[in-house]
Amino acid sequence: MASTLEAKNLSRLFGANYAVKDVSFNLERGEVLGFLGPNGAGKSTTMRMLTGNLAPTEGAVDICGFDMLADPKKAKSMIGYLPEMRPLYKELTVDEYLTIAARFHNVPAKKINHSVDIAKDRCGLMHMSKRLIENLSNGYQQRVGIAQAIIHEPEIVILDEPTVGLDPIQIREIRKLIKEIGKNHSVILSTHILPEVEMVCDRVQIINQGSLVFHGSINELKQQRIGNKLQVGLKKAPALKDLKSINFISDVEKIEGDFFRFHFKTNVDSEKLASLCVEKKWGLYHIAPDVTSLEDIFAQLTMLGDKS
Amino acid sequence: MIINIARKELKSLFASPMGWIILALLMFGFGTFYLSGMDSYFQVMSGSIRPAERIGVTMFVGQNIYGSAAYLMSFAIPILTMKLISEERKSMTLPFLMSAPISISEIIVGKFLGLLIFLSSLVLYIFLMLSTMNIWADIDFGYLIANSFGLILLISAFVALGTFFSSLTSQPIISAVLSFIALFAMMMAGRYFASDPEHWFNYVSLLPHYQSFSKGIIDSADVAYFVLFTATFIVLTIRRLDSDRLRG
Repeated sequence: MASTLEAKNLSRLFGANYAVKDVSFNLERGEVLGFLGPNGAGKSTTMRMLTGNLAPTEGAVDICGFDMLADPKKAKSMIGYLPEMRPLYKELTVDEYLTIAARFHNVPAKKINHSVDIAKDRCGLMHMSKRLIENLSNGYQQRVGIAQAIIHEPEIVILDEPTVGLDPIQIREIRKLIKEIGKNHSVILSTHILPEVEMVCDRVQIINQGSLVFHGSINELKQQRIGNKLQVGLKKAPALKDLKSINFISDVEKIEGDFFRFHFKTNVDSEKLASLCVEKKWGLYHIAPDVTSLEDIFAQLTMLGDKS
Repeated sequence: MIINIARKELKSLFASPMGWIILALLMFGFGTFYLSGMDSYFQVMSGSIRPAERIGVTMFVGQNIYGSAAYLMSFAIPILTMKLISEERKSMTLPFLMSAPISISEIIVGKFLGLLIFLSSLVLYIFLMLSTMNIWADIDFGYLIANSFGLILLISAFVALGTFFSSLTSQPIISAVLSFIALFAMMMAGRYFASDPEHWFNYVSLLPHYQSFSKGIIDSADVAYFVLFTATFIVLTIRRLDSDRLRG
């Protein structure tokens, strides 16, 4: 697999503050890369630099072999970009808007109608062709935004927080659409919702205060997230000391009430723990993987970053 | 690619009521001046008995219309130019243009041309309206062509200046007001030192350069003035938009 996008030591100063500091990564052909971070972490700034909307203070962006600063037209023609604020001309109809988008991205005149139809079909906009964008619902406007980004069949599709402000059903549909797009294009997707990344992405990057704090496959993140812990509810729990003395358990914490967090020495073995609880009649009524919240992961990762 | 931007601009102008309303109002204005010009021509000419006092109908009516065009345009153009960049900034649509494979210069020149083509339809309309006098009189087409050319140059200068002010702010109304004030000041600059025709204010001011066209003269110095004026503001606009990319 060849890499289609390469960011090299990207930095961006706003005044005296680094919004993005020394960020390097690459995007492989045909993968969906999740860009995860809290609000204000520098996700949008990075994306604006990747798409040539903002000049980096330092560093370079290489798109399929074309440098964004030296050869912006060629580099930009490989990218489809949907910014956080949808750039829609609301006085136009869906067809008119997509035709303009196709023209701007050098789609040959004869193929424009065809491209517009394909993009509408992929984004489920076929029955909205003649509607004014202004009159579409939030979810459909977002689809128009995505259609605009894929109309010229770009190598790379960059979507900045594509599911923000949508209702749960729309979110599910947009996620399905993004997965669909990921089959033919490389996709970069930014979000601050961790489960979204797990659902849609192949690889994930976490950015915090302008620096990358984690990058790896989605499984690595899940490992980080779930770890070797179980949350267990016991009605007739023995003393904490007795629980700690179980031979395959490294540590036990009391969370609150009857809930305990069991840390396993090796891999999680819920069956073994469950049978032990039943055997000892501890009144087991709840057993579940202990999911670390995004905040915890950030805390963990940023602390790791500080140590190193 | 410049043409594609211009087409998009034209499409936007005609997709909103604003474009149509301004065209209609301006045409109504020019029609009224045409009518009143014809009316007063016969009144004035019947009073002037000596041949030296008489001037042709083309010049009489033409001066009336082309002279008023400068003022009407200074009202209309800021309202149209505020859409070009200010409104794109406000509705956050600039990234749509900036992330397409189009250079900033192409974007600005395209937008400028789009609006210029839109307004040129008015110049053509005035030309056709005045040509109808040819049915009963023998009119001077050279005079009309010189004036039309002058008006197009004036419009392009106005549009370039308006586009520049449009690029400064994300508040369309402010950009319209600023460009109206700037246009008015540029037009009136000559009046302050009217007693001294050699004063440099007169060279900088817009109207004295436009007035030579209304005598039916195409003076290369005036053409150069308008071309330079337009080019200056287009370059300034490009610089302004580029600094967005650099400074964020």
